[in-house]
Amino acid sequence: MRVNRRRMHRLSASRYLLGGSAGKPVPNRIRCIGLVMALAGQALAGEYHLTIAEKRVDLIGQPQTAILADDGLPGPTLHWREGEQVVLHVENRLSEPTSIHWHGLELPYRMDGVPGISFEGIAPGSRFTYQFPVKQSGTYWYHGHSGMQEQQGLFGALIIDPAQPQPPTDRDYVVILSDWPQADPYRTLARLKKQSDYYNFQKRTLADFFADIERLGFGETVNNRLAWGAMRMDPTDLADVNGSTYRFLINGRTPQMQPHFLFNPGERVRLRFINASAMTYFDVRIPGLAMQVVAADGQNLQPLNVNAFRIAVAETYDVVVQPNAEQAYSIFAEAMDRSGYAHASLSPRADWLAPVPPPTPRTLLTLADMGGAHAGHAVQGDNYLEHAEHAEHAEHAEHAEHAEHAEHAEHDGHAPQANESPEAGRATEHTADAGHHHAAMSPEIPSYQTLDYRNLRARTATPLAKPDREVELRLTGDMRRYIWSFNDVKYADAEPIRVKLGEVVRFRYVNQTMMNHPIHIHGLWQYLDIGAGAYNPKKHVINVRPGTIAVVDVPADAVGEWAFHCHLLYHMDTGMFRKLIVEPNHD
Amino acid sequence: MIDRRRAIATIIGLLWLNCRADDGHMLFNRFLAERLEYESNGGLHLAKWDIQNWFGNDDHKLWLKSEGDYSADQDIFGRADLQVLYSRNVDSFWDFQIGARRAFEPERTFDAVIGFQGLAPYFFEVDSALFVTEKGNVLGRLTVSYELLLSQRLILQPRIGLNVAAEDLQSRGVKAGVTEFEAGLRLRYEIEREFAPYLGVDYVEEQSLREHQHSVRAVAGFRFWY
Repeated sequence: MRVNRRRMHRLSASRYLLGGSAGKPVPNRIRCIGLVMALAGQALAGEYHLTIAEKRVDLIGQPQTAILADDGLPGPTLHWREGEQVVLHVENRLSEPTSIHWHGLELPYRMDGVPGISFEGIAPGSRFTYQFPVKQSGTYWYHGHSGMQEQQGLFGALIIDPAQPQPPTDRDYVVILSDWPQADPYRTLARLKKQSDYYNFQKRTLADFFADIERLGFGETVNNRLAWGAMRMDPTDLADVNGSTYRFLINGRTPQMQPHFLFNPGERVRLRFINASAMTYFDVRIPGLAMQVVAADGQNLQPLNVNAFRIAVAETYDVVVQPNAEQAYSIFAEAMDRSGYAHASLSPRADWLAPVPPPTPRTLLTLADMGGAHAGHAVQGDNYLEHAEHAEHAEHAEHAEHAEHAEHAEHDGHAPQANESPEAGRATEHTADAGHHHAAMSPEIPSYQTLDYRNLRARTATPLAKPDREVELRLTGDMRRYIWSFNDVKYADAEPIRVKLGEVVRFRYVNQTMMNHPIHIHGLWQYLDIGAGAYNPKKHVINVRPGTIAVVDVPADAVGEWAFHCHLLYHMDTGMFRKLIVEPNHD
Repeated sequence: MIDRRRAIATIIGLLWLNCRADDGHMLFNRFLAERLEYESNGGLHLAKWDIQNWFGNDDHKLWLKSEGDYSADQDIFGRADLQVLYSRNVDSFWDFQIGARRAFEPERTFDAVIGFQGLAPYFFEVDSALFVTEKGNVLGRLTVSYELLLSQRLILQPRIGLNVAAEDLQSRGVKAGVTEFEAGLRLRYEIEREFAPYLGVDYVEEQSLREHQHSVRAVAGFRFWY
């Protein structure tokens, strides 16, 4: 990133200087500028440059073409400050149009970066200048919104410091999760159109049939097969595109490239998880450490401790950990369908690496997942919850097993991988201390095995007016033909959704498919109704689980045309997309 | 009696109306050689094909199908035909198809085709069609297959094919009733999703005005698509 006039306050300067090696290496030039700026005080506006170009990368053992911002995979982390007036020039050196979308930001819609909706896109060889005031703080990200560029590496972190400085954590790291494809994304899409289960190499086989008979009995097994057969659906259909073609990355690095983050025992470390994947949900844990979740989608939460969390595509979670032991910890992000994982080490020394933990079992879909929405039963926020609970007790109860693993690691300190490397032995010895110590330090903070939307509470209350109207949006799809849609109409055939400025619109997402869908609205917040009233969390992405219903209230407080879509790239491209128009109220 | 020109014009018209690359409707093409195989039962040596190609968007497709066999010993085609169909997405799992079939061997014939192709409940792949000859005779064809996963890449595919005729057809030697019944079992290994060699066995029973015969044949071939 070239820096012309760059405001950089002390906090980001120190973050740069302390930065671990898993982050993008920061050139000395920028460090110096950062330091100088930090000492010189704070300016009100920042001017930034990003250059979008192709670059050869080698992540799969052979060179491939990536589309990157400033040659970085991920692109450079942008540090802004709430209240700042941003001027950002994006230069397109590709032979195709490009764009950058500021994911989760409140801004004038012409600056939102969606070709065909907010602007024309950035033509090859040309430049576009984004200008907008920064009205918020927290962890966000930016990504391409043209073609398949997001899948080809065009994304980066966007960290906005609050106007009122907060007490810093000792370490502050960005942890970007992503999925890197072996094939050209257009080819992947064509394969899905021709054979939608192309990438599923975890289907149930004849051997599974006999194993299930052993486990469940003949009658139940046959009934189960018949029920799935009658629907022509597959319980193993968890991720359309998965580890059979993806490599999973942390800050652009495969597990083999051994990304790591440094800490000194006793320090508080803030990890800003961003899921920049095109298609992959991750289950994240750090065996031996409780994670204190302090923010979701850039918004502060009432802190809660978890041992694991699932991060949907395009979500962000800020977690704080406090490793007290002189040992290397694993940051372990398993793809939801367990077809692969991303892995990094959180370590006191650059040469200590944590071994890869044993995988947790995957959770198959259950008939209950298909039940809820199809049966059409009534739909309050609570139904979403009930169903979620039901799913947890499903056939292949991951949560139970998962819980066992996590607890095992935390309290007994016997991770099964103990003998894989010398560091590993060290790693497990101190695990128990770390866990207990952490719990002792924050007795008032609720603890959960896994993160659940139901437990999210905004840190500050936002009373919303009663919804002016309700819009039901069924999440629909035709898995076999690989067509995804809202209300059975794909984007190419759909009319925009129109709302009036100032309205509060209650959207009811009824997931009638058997996939998870991360629903993203540009420019407007979604307050997820979990029954916490003014403390309902506000998010830019709401994951809607298979067969469930999620209810969100959306204050239409920004005029313009906004993209409204499933953030799974191949679902978005095949039709699960709408234009949402907020019209000025002339009455 | 069907007006050939009008039939062709209708098909082309439907395609022209529907297969344009509408804005936002992506076009794809899929070629599938379901069977490219060598078949033998000692005395008989045949090369057989069963290929399809579709081109179009989610709703409208131009669908070509060709089946036939060739005897290298005698240097003759036992059967060879080409269907040109307009295929319409009418349900999540079904396409409705309408068009024409041109047979090149054993005789040059021309039929109208109407049918459904798709996935039936319990994962049965179905291809069904009615053929109406120029003289108004009705023939039918039904193929049903299933895929049983022995492993993620080793797949056993039972398949049944049935040809029927509503009445005798002197010109083609067709006898009313079941004219051909085929039951086969193929075991393929997907080296790639797109490429899978296979081995198998077919039981074939044929009934015509001239003869009745049945035989068991071994087959070896490969399945290929892109």
